[in-house]
Amino acid sequence: MSQQALPPSWQHVGRHDVFPQSGHDDTARFDFLANMNGYLSTKLSPKVRVAYEKRVKPAFEQAQGRAPETRHEVRKAMVGDPIYQTWSALRRNTMEMRQQAGRGMVLRQLAPLVDKARELNEGAETLQLDPAVKVPRHVSAVDIHCMPGGYHTELVDDDISAGANYDAGIFATTGGMLGRYNDGGGQALAQWLKKEHPDFKPRRILDLGCTVGHNVVPLAQAFPDAEVIAVDVAAPMLRYAHARAQSMGVKNLTFRQADAESLDYPDGHFDLISTAMFWHESSAKSMPRTLKEVHRLLADGGLSANLEQPQYHGMDPYEAFVRDWDAYNNNEPFWSVMHEYDLRKMMVAAGFDDSKYFETTVAGVVDRSIFPEASNDGEDYGRAALWTMFGAWK
Amino acid sequence: MSALPEIDDLDPITLAGTRPKGKRPYFFQDPDVERVLSIAMVIAMEHAVTRQRLDALERLIESKGVATRAELDQFQPDADAEAERTTWMQAYIARVLRIVQQETEALESGTKEPPLADLIAQMRDDH
Repeated sequence: MSQQALPPSWQHVGRHDVFPQSGHDDTARFDFLANMNGYLSTKLSPKVRVAYEKRVKPAFEQAQGRAPETRHEVRKAMVGDPIYQTWSALRRNTMEMRQQAGRGMVLRQLAPLVDKARELNEGAETLQLDPAVKVPRHVSAVDIHCMPGGYHTELVDDDISAGANYDAGIFATTGGMLGRYNDGGGQALAQWLKKEHPDFKPRRILDLGCTVGHNVVPLAQAFPDAEVIAVDVAAPMLRYAHARAQSMGVKNLTFRQADAESLDYPDGHFDLISTAMFWHESSAKSMPRTLKEVHRLLADGGLSANLEQPQYHGMDPYEAFVRDWDAYNNNEPFWSVMHEYDLRKMMVAAGFDDSKYFETTVAGVVDRSIFPEASNDGEDYGRAALWTMFGAWK
Repeated sequence: MSALPEIDDLDPITLAGTRPKGKRPYFFQDPDVERVLSIAMVIAMEHAVTRQRLDALERLIESKGVATRAELDQFQPDADAEAERTTWMQAYIARVLRIVQQETEALESGTKEPPLADLIAQMRDDH
């Protein structure tokens, strides 16, 4: 087996001051899960397609006189297939096991972690929490990614456990494909800006739905003179994100608890507004409102840049069905809906000029010392670091 | 005053396994199958963890002659050992999921195999 095919061990995960301490067995659990995810995406997932081509599709064609035309037809036809059932059950279980492993590690050391975060956050003007912020229904309706308590639930005062668990597990879930600090998305955006728009020097940057800040830290580092604001509704994420950024020496970054639909900054305040895997966790009501807010907050000549999974347009129904799996089975209720939107139309409806819309593809920028080859192989239908970037200049 | 419990009053073991909000999908027709699979997968993982721990211990004993528990917790395989350990993990997963591999191979080959009872009857009657 080639070295290239092996996912990096979780021992290489990026550690900062507020990252949980791990023992041998924590690492081994995450290593098992990373390898399980790799097995399911590269070994078993292709066989699910074989099952579709060899028996599910022919049976459908025999009954209906035509091939399935939509991902929904494929899904309903696949439900009874034993290989699909096995693959799905293993995938769901792997996700649940990942949450238990991460929470088991974090919760047994919660007291020192909370103390550490308090120490780093105490009195800082760069952390602005607002208990009056309501957690919107699209965040609280289900626990996204099967993460118990979701992004927002607080178990104790000054809780950071949701952030610590989220940060600790992504490296295993993605097989290290987002890099040591899970920041491959933010790195990709920073690199794209430097390469494609070297003269663009944003003075104020806003990141929406920042969670633990992993994708906004690279932007703050790429533009050290910029004032960077990262918002989220979830306090346990923000406390952790702020402590994490502070311990990484990133000082031009303020974390604010706020609803991205309505922010109290003046019109045209920001030069760059970024999101990473944010819109698919929104809702049909919230997404257009938030896009309007993005348009309002951008200065003329400013940029809205958004990293997302690929849209379903033009995909064959089977691939769209596989990519849709998370919507139905991994608590991502808006995923299915969001991926069929015409994003250009959405941006235009929010006020952007049709001619200023763009769409491109970017790959996660990873730490070559732990993941020597570019991560262009091993598509995991939703988790791999191959993204659509869409947006518009104002 | 906060209504939240004190940290010392939390039960980390139970909380680690808290059910996520949202109806859980069951993929097999019989939920018993799902339950057994779920338990088997955790046993599989914990076996992998034990195997990794043993491997780490063996390597430490080999290289140092003596290993303490603290040393074991700090053990980090070098690049070669990491590759060997990861390869073992992949072989292990393939062993555990042998039935799935064999079912997919049967599907791909497309050959229809008669029940053994039919073959037994054939052997019996095939003078």
